[in-house]
Amino acid sequence: MNKEIISIKDLRKDFHVGEVTVHALRSVDLTIHEGDFVAIMGTSGSGKSTMLNILGCLDKPSSGSYLLDGTDVSNLSKNELARLRNLKLGFVFQSYNLLPRTSALENVELPLFYNNSVKPRERRERAMAALGAVGLADRVHHMPNQLSGGQQQRVAIARSLVNDPVVILADEATGNLDTRTSYEIMALFQDLNARGKTIVFVTHEPEIAGFTTRNVHFRDGNIVKQHAVENPGSAREMLSTLPVETD
Amino acid sequence: MNITNLSKIALSALMRNKFRAFLTMLGIIIGVASVIAMLAIGEGSKKSIQQQISSMGSNLVMVMPGSQMMGGVQQGNSSSKALEIRDVTAIREACPSITAVSPEVRGGGQVVAGGNNWPTTFYGGDVNYLDIKKVEIKAGRMFTEQEVNAAAKVCLIGQTVADNLFGNEVDPVGQTIRFRNIPVKVIGLLEEKGENTFGMDQDDLLIGPYTTVQKRILAITHINAILSSAVSEEATTQAVTEITAAMRASHKQAEGEEDDFQIRTQAELVSTFSSISDILTTLLGAISAISLLVGGIGIMNIMYVSVTERTREIGLRMSTGGRGRDILMQFLIESVMLSVIGGIFGIVLGVVASSVIGNLTGWPIAVMPEAVALSFVVCTAIGIFFGWYPARKAANLNPIDALRFE
Repeated sequence: MNKEIISIKDLRKDFHVGEVTVHALRSVDLTIHEGDFVAIMGTSGSGKSTMLNILGCLDKPSSGSYLLDGTDVSNLSKNELARLRNLKLGFVFQSYNLLPRTSALENVELPLFYNNSVKPRERRERAMAALGAVGLADRVHHMPNQLSGGQQQRVAIARSLVNDPVVILADEATGNLDTRTSYEIMALFQDLNARGKTIVFVTHEPEIAGFTTRNVHFRDGNIVKQHAVENPGSAREMLSTLPVETD
Repeated sequence: MNITNLSKIALSALMRNKFRAFLTMLGIIIGVASVIAMLAIGEGSKKSIQQQISSMGSNLVMVMPGSQMMGGVQQGNSSSKALEIRDVTAIREACPSITAVSPEVRGGGQVVAGGNNWPTTFYGGDVNYLDIKKVEIKAGRMFTEQEVNAAAKVCLIGQTVADNLFGNEVDPVGQTIRFRNIPVKVIGLLEEKGENTFGMDQDDLLIGPYTTVQKRILAITHINAILSSAVSEEATTQAVTEITAAMRASHKQAEGEEDDFQIRTQAELVSTFSSISDILTTLLGAISAISLLVGGIGIMNIMYVSVTERTREIGLRMSTGGRGRDILMQFLIESVMLSVIGGIFGIVLGVVASSVIGNLTGWPIAVMPEAVALSFVVCTAIGIFFGWYPARKAANLNPIDALRFE
């Protein structure tokens, strides 16, 4: 069995809204190994977003333990969490979140700016390599508004890769894309996973979840179902079945 | 995150909104430029007043008669006859802090030469009178010690009087003129000094031996004032003390009795008129400073808008490892850059505007290096002060909320 990247035990998260306490997560146990491609599924309000915030070290659990790559996250300060995000995590968002009027290359360089040990030259080289890995080597100096939605999401994925994170967290990364582009992005994720990247993918679309290797279903703050995907579909094959665009 | 990286990020953020950054800077540019120009005008007028006053004489210390009681009636200063030649002698002997001393006697009257006449003032002094008053001789010679002793009827003539009596054709030196019907020979022509700050023509005069003016023209025994030169500007105060003591001794004044004379120094005049122009400078500077303040508020406003507009960017930066401190510094550097770049443009504009105003109006202009340095410091301070609040707002954002901000 591969090394445990994420290990969560009896994790709870409560929100206090006035007098009322909302239990967003009630006693969740979850383990993710290196090389996993996990889809976290559930309707809105099921707790999957809260789960992602905690996985992403953007929020702290109310109780329980969370080990990220061997580090206990529960007791870290804000600044230590920021450093952990910088070194170990990559984020991909539904709406790309690229800096406007900033070239693809500079967008990808962004996480490395917050790491003092990376020199400007190395920063540039790593950003170029990351853009190459998502197939945008010829678009490095384009601005986001000169790129299609799919290309923008590729830039965002390159940005999440550039610091060589232990896990990539994707939040509805295909939510803003049409079917064809969604398949393209999923094919890219599958390639990355095939090269050993651990990916956690939050989605509510079963079809997208079908491209991953394991599905975790949330409902009302609990994991209700967890199963490996038998014969995960290949996004690349699906792509070839789509009718060729004529225009 | 080091400062170089942060500066790069801040600069590229400003470059993303060039026009907006320029408009924001404009407030600072105009503020700084007007502060510098206004201070330059104020300082220029002060400098020119100082020059004019110092051209009146070299470290001049003047003794003038004070008011006197005559049978219980307070007399005005001008009617006083309190100063006499022995006072001059007393000062010359007792005061080491002065280099030269001369009596001054003056009387107004009509001067006539040939068919022309002109009203002017005849000043009488000692042989060193010209040195004390910083007057140069253009042609001819100064009167001598012997001429003073003999009350010789000779004089030096000011350019204005010469022009009015002789025109451009005739050389006034060697001519004889009549002042109050007394014939006086012109032995020299004075260098022009022009008008002083107070609009007085400094070339409208005759200068001769004080004995001549005293005995032959006015028929008086007292003198109107005593002029002396202190060794240096710093020695002026010491000179005043010494002169006061010498004068009191000469006048046999008892202790506790009020001085029956008054002493005026050039330094006093300078400070009196400087304080007027200082008030002017302060006023102009304060008005411009308000525009600088408004410029600063403009920066704060734009930084607020910028923080709100870039909430998602902030969330993204935080999610990729930016700490609160990094975000704070980024926005602070951005606002400091706005204000400092604006300040630099403002300084350039202010210096240019100062010289343009100087050329157009003919006012004396002096750009103060202190004002330039101060503007620069103030600009940085404005950047930090007005940038702090928006930057802190950005740094305190919750990354989760910031990322989902619509």
